[in-house]
Amino acid sequence: MTIEELEERAASEQQRQAEFKKRVLTCTAAGCVSCGAGKVVGHFRAQVKERNLAKEVEVVETGCMGLCGSGPLVRVAPDETMYKNVDLEAAHQIFDEHVVGGKPVAAYAVDPKMPFFTRQVKVVLENCGRIDAEKIEASMAAGGYEALARALTEMKPEEVIEEVRKAGLRGRGGAGYPTGLKWSIVRKAQGDQKYVVCNADEGDPGAFMDRSVLEGDPHRVLEGMAIAGYATGASQGYIYIRAEYPLAIERLKTAIKQAERAGLLGNRIMDSALSFRIDLRIGAGAFVCGEETALMRSIQGRRGRPRPRPPYPSEKGLWGMPTLINNVETYANIAPIIRNGSAWFAAMGTPKSPGTKVFALAGKICNTGLIEVPMGVPLREIIEEIGGGTPEGTTFKAAQTGGPSGGCIPAEHLDLPVDYESLQLVGSIMGSGGMIVMDSTSNMVDVAKFFMDFSVDESCGKCVPCRSGTKQIALLLEKIRSGQATPDDLALLEELCVMVKETSLCGLGQSAPNPVLSTLRFFRKEYVDLLIPKLVYEPHEA
Amino acid sequence: MPVITFTINGVPVSGQQSESILEIARQHDIRIPTLCHLDGLSDVGACRLCLMEIEGTSKLLPACSTYPSENMVVRTDTDKLKRYRRTIIELLAAEGNHQCAVCVVNNNCELQNLAYEVGLEHVRAQYLFPKKELDATHPDYIIDRNRCVLCTRCVRVCHEVEGAHVWDIANRGINCEIVADMNQPWGTSESCTSCGKCVLVCPVGALIEKGATVSEMEKHRAFLPYIMTARTKQEWIARAIEED
Amino acid sequence: MTPPPASKTDHPSGDNRFKLLDRTIARFQSRGDALIEVLHSAQSIFGYLENDLMVYIARALRLPLSRVYGVATFYHFFNLKPKGRHAFVLCMGTACYVKGAEAIQNAVAKRCGVSFGETTADGAVSLVSARCIGSCGLAPVAVLDDDVAGKLSVDGAVERVGQWIAEPEQVSS
Repeated sequence: MTIEELEERAASEQQRQAEFKKRVLTCTAAGCVSCGAGKVVGHFRAQVKERNLAKEVEVVETGCMGLCGSGPLVRVAPDETMYKNVDLEAAHQIFDEHVVGGKPVAAYAVDPKMPFFTRQVKVVLENCGRIDAEKIEASMAAGGYEALARALTEMKPEEVIEEVRKAGLRGRGGAGYPTGLKWSIVRKAQGDQKYVVCNADEGDPGAFMDRSVLEGDPHRVLEGMAIAGYATGASQGYIYIRAEYPLAIERLKTAIKQAERAGLLGNRIMDSALSFRIDLRIGAGAFVCGEETALMRSIQGRRGRPRPRPPYPSEKGLWGMPTLINNVETYANIAPIIRNGSAWFAAMGTPKSPGTKVFALAGKICNTGLIEVPMGVPLREIIEEIGGGTPEGTTFKAAQTGGPSGGCIPAEHLDLPVDYESLQLVGSIMGSGGMIVMDSTSNMVDVAKFFMDFSVDESCGKCVPCRSGTKQIALLLEKIRSGQATPDDLALLEELCVMVKETSLCGLGQSAPNPVLSTLRFFRKEYVDLLIPKLVYEPHEA
Repeated sequence: MPVITFTINGVPVSGQQSESILEIARQHDIRIPTLCHLDGLSDVGACRLCLMEIEGTSKLLPACSTYPSENMVVRTDTDKLKRYRRTIIELLAAEGNHQCAVCVVNNNCELQNLAYEVGLEHVRAQYLFPKKELDATHPDYIIDRNRCVLCTRCVRVCHEVEGAHVWDIANRGINCEIVADMNQPWGTSESCTSCGKCVLVCPVGALIEKGATVSEMEKHRAFLPYIMTARTKQEWIARAIEED
Repeated sequence: MTPPPASKTDHPSGDNRFKLLDRTIARFQSRGDALIEVLHSAQSIFGYLENDLMVYIARALRLPLSRVYGVATFYHFFNLKPKGRHAFVLCMGTACYVKGAEAIQNAVAKRCGVSFGETTADGAVSLVSARCIGSCGLAPVAVLDDDVAGKLSVDGAVERVGQWIAEPEQVSS
């Protein structure tokens, strides 16, 4: 495929879409499917057939539209009316009155002016919920593969890396390592074969950003990876994805096949010298495989046990070869950067953390769902305006970011700007983007115990501090929770937390104590209130 | 290869780039406690006893798998490191069922020696008392998983030196266990060559010879570097399994 | 699961499901580093990973037995025992936890007499805990067989599980 052909296919798809009077888009991402989106789509399709409207009305299944707490969600184009809580009855009414009749149904309509929509800035999610994720043409019509075409024809690999570096993009998997720097290390590394790996092993319980991107706009990730392959000199890519995401796996498989057929993956991409293949590797339920050295071992069919770094994967990775590992959201940012230029990207967010970040907002909050905001936006804006605050009758207590590796941010830090450095300053991390809101009814010791149980369960068992230390911390937390602990136990708890954090082999162990340390820092009273006085030995009289 | 000079605990030392800091420290008679490391086997950096502080690095790094650079300032004897080492031994003591008084390797046990060395006087951590069975189905040897510290030396020696790969680790986290073949009784393993290397490299009384009674069993581990040298000189094929 | 169509050359084991498995193994050229992919395929064909099946895979990929066993037990997605006729998959993601999934977990486990990760002795119900199934808006959530039940209550969950336990043994849904 040449650039001209790409443009032609994009234009013809745009033309085709414009010919429909109405397009009914239904979110069929996992959240909405779990509340019955499948039936709604079925109803729309049946209606179109029954009323013989196939030429005027198109029914489209899309990825996540964001407001997951009020699914199933439906959007009617071209007037962009969005509906929430669409059950069969609502679907019937919407089809009758809006799609056929042309009059929006107010009862189910979502107010487009609500801060949930107006305060978001969509870069990664720009196509999510707007295009048919199973059609490559839909992606092309929205600008897909334009960036790859430009990189291959107009830019040298070094220029691509320079553009990413100037954009200031940092790894969206949590640690925030500068992406451009990582790419240039892999480019310079020596090796007969290089690999590009996409980490889609989103293990944080309560996070579904990566899944939504893969379900809603898989081609964007493939395009980002192909550009990375071109820039670093790799010819083979792997996407390591969790088995728990069957829909994302299906859509990725479809997308890879389509891209191969269109000559956008495989040998001599767009008639250039670039050859780049992508294969899927399915994870099997191990959180630790999100750690890059464990992930690589898992790709090689082994137990996902991390190894000491250095050597880093960028020097010695898969099969000992230089390997680039970025997460889904990082790759999803690449195409827009190449398309719109690094200056455009760097203008968003803060100077040290440019761009946007996707968060999965959940817990005790009114608008649960998927959001994308510029970096540096105050936490208050996310919670109170976009999230709509905590449910009636309760007040905000803390927001937990970074899942089992992160910490909580209490109400007194609500005005904290959300970026890598600020979150670290208060003992939490950006993480991959899970944000769980806790209100006055939540017990912080319970929350810490929940995350510690998770870490005990997910520890690979290789190093002593993580294998045995997390278990001891969990036991101490249970002792405190059941009102049997003394101040000595609390002191031991703190000592063990610091020790596990400093001595563990990999990121999982090093960050596992964070939820405890952070709740101890801000909600120490909740722990102390549960303690019993220190036992004093009183000898019995003989 | 150029010689690199740096300091460990203030003592100037020198070594090759290809030698780990642990090797160099040993050449200069600087003691760094280890458990999962054994001369002749690949290093995994799992026990965390050989952690050291390096000036300019915020993370603690294991001496067994870290390589020196010029003018590096390494410390292995700070109060913090000593405290952490003691806690690691304490965690190991609480994790299994270690009753020295009735153990065949009493007085010949690396875990026991380490406990003396780090000054472990009492265990504050909660004893887990795992319920594990003793497997005496092998004609010559016994595996008692109650005493296993999961150092994986047996797994590595069996794969890297004997080439049989009878042992591997099953499950994960606190439930990790050394298993033979399909988690079957050792005596029924078809891949085991009964060479006994795993028994000799085991630092504790988890892998033992039959017929030894309390405090009787001494282990001899010096054979390993010789075998490995013999192999490398003769260029026999020994694929180190990167890890585990 | 539908058995594959009979063909002239039956698999030597007499079980033609192995032919499906062989196809996956061939697709990866019997490479040892495809172990996880092959285990995935084996589990989807046979339902769970029996010891003999893992031995078969180890031989086909030329891997040590303990390596295969170690990998299969490391990943929680792989089952070494048959699953129950019904599955109660409780989401234990953070959002569900904050909204009270733990109480449901305790009550359901008590009703079944086994803990999560296990199957009742009569093979009626498997209790599984999942890490976020992505329906955080509906928390607490469980997947009952293939049905997603949102905003679940303790009593509601116990009742549904109770029905499964009570039902006669022959039919599986």
